[in-house]
Amino acid sequence: MNPLVGAPVDRVDGRLKVTGAATYSAEVALPNLAYGVMVLSSTASGSVAAIDVAAARRAPGVIDVMTSRNAPRVDAKSKGAGDRTLMVLQDDVVYYDRQPIAVVIADTFEHATDAASLVRARYAKAAAITRFDDAAEYKPGAGGRDPDLRKGDASAALAQAAVKVDHTYVVPVEHHNPMEPHATVAQWDGDRLTVYEATQGVVSARRKLAQVFGLPPTGVRVVAKFIGGGFGGKGTLWSHAVLAAMSAKLVGRPVKIALTRPQMFGSVGFRPRTVQRVALGAAADGRLTSLVHETSAQTSVFDEFMAGTGALSAVLYGTPNLTITHRLRRVNSATPTFMRAPGESCGSFALESAMDELAYAVGVDPIELRLRNDTDVDAQGLPFSSRALRQCLEQGAERFGWSRRDPRPRSMRDGRMLVGMGVAAATYPTHRSPASALVQVRADGSATVRSAGVDIGTGAYTVFTQVAAEALGLPVARVRMELGDSAFPNAPNAGGSTLTASAGSAIKLAALDARAKLLALAGNDPAALAGGADAIAALLRRAGLATLEGHSDAKPGDEQQKYAMHSFGAQFAEVRVDPDLGTVRVARFVNAFGAGRILNEKTAKSQFLGGAVWGIGMALLEDTRYDERTGRIMNANLAEYLVPVNADVPAVESIIVPEDDPHVNEIGVKGIGEIGIVGAAAAIANAVYHATGTRVRELPITPEKLLG
Amino acid sequence: MEFGKVTRRRFLWRSALPTIAVVGLDPRLSVAAQAVASISVVRAQGPEPIPVTLNVNGKPHALQLEPRVTLLDALRERLGLTGTKKGCDQGTCGACTVLADGRRVNACLTLAVMAQGKSITTIEGLASGDQLHPLQAAFIEHDGFQCGYCTPGQIMSGVALLSEKRPTDETSVREWMSGNICRCGAYPNIVAAIRATAGRSA
Repeated sequence: MNPLVGAPVDRVDGRLKVTGAATYSAEVALPNLAYGVMVLSSTASGSVAAIDVAAARRAPGVIDVMTSRNAPRVDAKSKGAGDRTLMVLQDDVVYYDRQPIAVVIADTFEHATDAASLVRARYAKAAAITRFDDAAEYKPGAGGRDPDLRKGDASAALAQAAVKVDHTYVVPVEHHNPMEPHATVAQWDGDRLTVYEATQGVVSARRKLAQVFGLPPTGVRVVAKFIGGGFGGKGTLWSHAVLAAMSAKLVGRPVKIALTRPQMFGSVGFRPRTVQRVALGAAADGRLTSLVHETSAQTSVFDEFMAGTGALSAVLYGTPNLTITHRLRRVNSATPTFMRAPGESCGSFALESAMDELAYAVGVDPIELRLRNDTDVDAQGLPFSSRALRQCLEQGAERFGWSRRDPRPRSMRDGRMLVGMGVAAATYPTHRSPASALVQVRADGSATVRSAGVDIGTGAYTVFTQVAAEALGLPVARVRMELGDSAFPNAPNAGGSTLTASAGSAIKLAALDARAKLLALAGNDPAALAGGADAIAALLRRAGLATLEGHSDAKPGDEQQKYAMHSFGAQFAEVRVDPDLGTVRVARFVNAFGAGRILNEKTAKSQFLGGAVWGIGMALLEDTRYDERTGRIMNANLAEYLVPVNADVPAVESIIVPEDDPHVNEIGVKGIGEIGIVGAAAAIANAVYHATGTRVRELPITPEKLLG
Repeated sequence: MEFGKVTRRRFLWRSALPTIAVVGLDPRLSVAAQAVASISVVRAQGPEPIPVTLNVNGKPHALQLEPRVTLLDALRERLGLTGTKKGCDQGTCGACTVLADGRRVNACLTLAVMAQGKSITTIEGLASGDQLHPLQAAFIEHDGFQCGYCTPGQIMSGVALLSEKRPTDETSVREWMSGNICRCGAYPNIVAAIRATAGRSA
């Protein structure tokens, strides 16, 4: 095999990004562009009884003010999979704080912002459910999927277990806060709509826009060449994108709406609050006899969003008795959405904290406890296509220096600082969706590859270039990867760690198709293609062809029926806790992953690094705070919603456990964008317990929880 | 934009007009002397657009701007220099970091009129033709970014850090780079890129 795939190739879009030449959605320059600024509600429930836009209309530079009175009528109700209900001025009902109630459109950003501050609304307020604990719990039924899984009799087994731990774990609301705020530039050309959108999926965005405006999919084009981070938050089309297109229609000019940072806490999703009960029953040697994982999560009063928070409890360990349930509570908030490892991120905090508690209850090393509960099959009895949990735990422990750990809490010190070492396991499912690709080889020995997939910072431009170049027998520099345009061949969202497996497989097949056609031109003599670009150029010239195309339509087979397909990993954290102040610093972090074939060691390690940093944020900092009297978010900015900064992040060492999994897809990848955060917060929380003897079961672990 | 509250932003937007522009200060004067000097040369301008000349990456640009226009919006929306990023518009994230007379500043907290007479350097002005600045090249080599949105600010901040003659041990670089948020979490690679560049030029 040509060594291109797997090599730590520098990002092919690196030069654009370090010179400022990479163009993000809000930066598309269009003639006659107008600026839209949304006015958001300041109440969490009720309706807009009156809205006074007179002063805004009189303000300098204002072109129009769009409210429910004059907004174009669209279909805001229909919903496909993954869609959220849009709040696009079709009525006056207010369901949550910071819901759009008007858009001011002006000739400059300053004029639009100023005029938006002049809009006055009067509300007919209604009772709002602002506290999660006040909301009634119910069993979600949307999508026809059973949110529960039961095997054996978990409660009976728990009652009889020799050892048990049974606790509740809380993860608060968190907001994605990508560095690039959501932004949309919308332009109409007659009935044809072009939208430059900060989205993780141009095809899904096109589908939704076409549905909202009653257009055929061919009437809408969505472009996303560069996205300043998504983390799931840009994985579904939100209200502002539709409002931008409606505004553009209203004023007959292209309109840009770029969200402010406080507006990023409005209509664009978040990680829902979860309250999880995890109960583990075990024999005296720590082998699980029962696992109960019950999740109660937040959703909005008008939409149902459920993440599979407990799903990993069917995958990580073997147990004869298992109960996993998911319940929801409706709160007057915006609708939650996917956020890096939705489900597994929170679920792993609960399960892997509980496993640490069980290790202490049994009196066995936490790594040994996990190895004793390793399994070859998932809860449904499906064999794993590959499973490197043991290798990840062992190799990670070796690199981390786990053997130096004195297991007794509060036993290790560095000067006056308490030292703690913690471990957690990780898993994330391998997904795949249909995808197509087009490869065009030219007579100069270069190739262009097209896919609608979006590079959200993962390195898709780079790894796809590597896949295509290897299959074509060309150097990376001769292959140009074009992504992020709904006019290109179909690709799923860059989300759920799905894009590389899906579009990457399609790109490989399309490149092999082109290669086969080249080989046919060469009279099926492989030696004729051995010369790379020059040989291909000569071949096409001889055949009198300017270009040659390879296509593919790739899709999953029946492998999901035959195998349980998941990535696995292990997370190791060392913390320093100030015994007087309760401050926690992560001093070292090691993670190890078996995630199928790694296409680029450099960009892959960046994904694992990012996951660790997200774990640090989740464990120690991130917490969206609500005023429970009003349902308003109190820390809607980056000064008060804390994310890790450089000084919070130590060296992170990532170990790649090689895996050759022939079952998952044509390129053998399992997806690596999400697993990095899974278990990361638990490893830190377990390290904090080891350091202090205090078990914090509600994130984030802030000083007051350690000083209590 | 929300309403019903006097926010800091709203105060800036509504109350700072007409804005005061400071002209013709001698950069060699101390801060205190500048403050004294500024009292004697201020004059009210705006709220309507006024002539503003910005010196960006060695080129003068004559603009007509309302005095409330930030340097960030002047760069991005008027000059088409979109390499400088808007991450928060509140001075909390560092994505808009540019150099003003070699000093790192948040372009979102700097009114364009305040930047007159200063030499502004943005990410677009860092490379010499095709030749990347060593720190730009180091960011690529060390994978000091993922999505790339905070990257121009990180690099401008790093370039200034290197010229500030601060210690370049890991802890110091982390501390002095903590005004630039990277949500992708590339921090250790950013530190590696800066330290490698410092080592090269030392």
